[in-house]
Amino acid sequence: MDLFIQLTLTGLTNGAILALAALGFVLIYKSSDVINFAQGEFLLIGAYVMFSMLVQFSLPWTIGLVLTLLVAVGIGVAVERLVLRPLIGEPIISVIMATIGLSSLLRAIVSTIWGNQPRAFPAFIPSKPVHVLGATVGADRLWAIAIAGGMLFLFNLFFTRSKEGIAMRAVADDQQAAMSMGISVKRIFAWAWSIAAMTAAIGGALVANIVGVGPELAGFGLRVFPVVILGGLDSIPGAIVGGVIIGLLEAYVGGYIGMGLNQVISFIVLILILMVRPYGLFGQEIIERV
Amino acid sequence: MVSGVFHTSYESDMALRRTPAQKIRIALFILFILVFPFFANKYTLTLANQIAIATIGAIGLNILTGYTGQISLGQGGFMAVGAYTAGLLTVRLGMPWWLSIIIASLVTAVVGAIFGIPSLRLKGLYLAIATLAAQEIILWTVTHWKGLTGGVEALVVPDPRLFGLRLNADFNFYWLAWALAGITALVTLNLFRTHYGRAFIAIRDQDIAAEVMGVNLFRYKLLAFAISSFFVGVSGALLAHYRSIVTWERFTLDVSVLYLAMIIIGGMGSVSGSLFGASFMTLLPAFLTNMGRALRKVFPAINAIMPFIQEATFGLVIILFLILEPEGLKKLWEDIKDYFRLWPFSY
Repeated sequence: MDLFIQLTLTGLTNGAILALAALGFVLIYKSSDVINFAQGEFLLIGAYVMFSMLVQFSLPWTIGLVLTLLVAVGIGVAVERLVLRPLIGEPIISVIMATIGLSSLLRAIVSTIWGNQPRAFPAFIPSKPVHVLGATVGADRLWAIAIAGGMLFLFNLFFTRSKEGIAMRAVADDQQAAMSMGISVKRIFAWAWSIAAMTAAIGGALVANIVGVGPELAGFGLRVFPVVILGGLDSIPGAIVGGVIIGLLEAYVGGYIGMGLNQVISFIVLILILMVRPYGLFGQEIIERV
Repeated sequence: MVSGVFHTSYESDMALRRTPAQKIRIALFILFILVFPFFANKYTLTLANQIAIATIGAIGLNILTGYTGQISLGQGGFMAVGAYTAGLLTVRLGMPWWLSIIIASLVTAVVGAIFGIPSLRLKGLYLAIATLAAQEIILWTVTHWKGLTGGVEALVVPDPRLFGLRLNADFNFYWLAWALAGITALVTLNLFRTHYGRAFIAIRDQDIAAEVMGVNLFRYKLLAFAISSFFVGVSGALLAHYRSIVTWERFTLDVSVLYLAMIIIGGMGSVSGSLFGASFMTLLPAFLTNMGRALRKVFPAINAIMPFIQEATFGLVIILFLILEPEGLKKLWEDIKDYFRLWPFSY
């Protein structure tokens, strides 16, 4: 039973972070039909910028976090403006390859600035062990769940209550109709990319607080795919539910079966979902018949 | 389709090489390939062999992605199947190298077709993600099935021999690799003159229209996966025999991305484009390494950041090609040819 609770907590933490990364991913896909293979690198940049703010400039974590988010917004807007906008209307493979190229470029930039060695992250969230229902877990993991949950709640408010959020949903639904209602689609794309970069930065800082910063953080980018396919590529609740399910699944399989199967189980699930229900749990079902 | 060339008979329209200029160019190219190894040193020979192997793999991917329009991120995994099958057949069963290459390619074709099954329902980026999963699953199987593959440890393959010659010596391997690359190119060029090839192109251009016209989508998509994976398997098996060592690190997702970059930079849906792309992506890192060496005396710091420069250049080249010349090197080459053919009245 202890093991079960332990695994559940680990799974929930990973799931919460995966959901954060997936949220940015879904946001970009929803509003601009672009699939972002560089999401993991956004996470990486967020973690390293936060690291610099805390260690090299020794700022308090609140200011550091705000500055990190500003940097993330800048990167998101720059990427949208310089790389994605010239590719509007190009075939899907071009857009996929552009974001893959981008991920390679961003990784190189990060390694040039911060080097390739994993480093310890100054804990800005307390990480001493806490006992929950008989299981021991780092407090930072609990905080990660809480912060991710809070973020997701805020985003929900943003999409249902704020003007920009509603405009973004309108663009996602139908770009031309949105344009004719006076919404600037270009600005919405910029919004989508900056919000995606911001959520990734927060996710990156949370992971870094738990495991430290290193180039392997970018691996989260790939782990997002099973999450978004399970939840549905264009569904925000799907990203959250998918993140939690995949996080738990990986934890249970790792704990009870082992053999490294947890590294690949999500991809097996991914193929199965694609065969049975390609639009995922909550995605919009597009039927095409001949 | 070249402009400024006019056909008056079906024979000339259907021919692979249509104009005298094309015939001369291909003759010169073959002559160059035949003469090159006698003047090359070991380093350039190695590069040439790598280009030949990459060309076979790139043509394979181009059949699937360029001609049939099915995006595949599973190239590295399929190459791993080819390389490990060839290696294991030679090591465990003592099979001769040529038989192991043939069987490995067939096995890869079957594996490719199996992972192609989701393509019946999936298109575009969903298929890209499905093949990404194929890549991860194959690589995981390779690294975790210790009883068969030896897991993460390298598999050592004995030297391939023919009439007492060591075939994986650079000079000897050159002939094998380029002969196979030539055969691959010829088969592919001819494939797209048959109804199979035309069905593939019809699927790429508009799958629903193709189905309406009587192309059985499931069958032809699986066939495209199988044929493509067959050539990818050839290239993987060649790699196993050339390098004498098979390790999983050579077949990661980066390899899949590298090959996609090759066909995008070279030219999608083109055999010559595959050759251009394979050459470009093989020579670029070599060029950068040599530049780094030359600059080392002036900037000693360049050594440490060289891997990052390589990676950044890789990403940058992909992005720049996509934005500035989405049709790749093949288009640049056509533009140059058109300019001279139509000169001085190019409009």
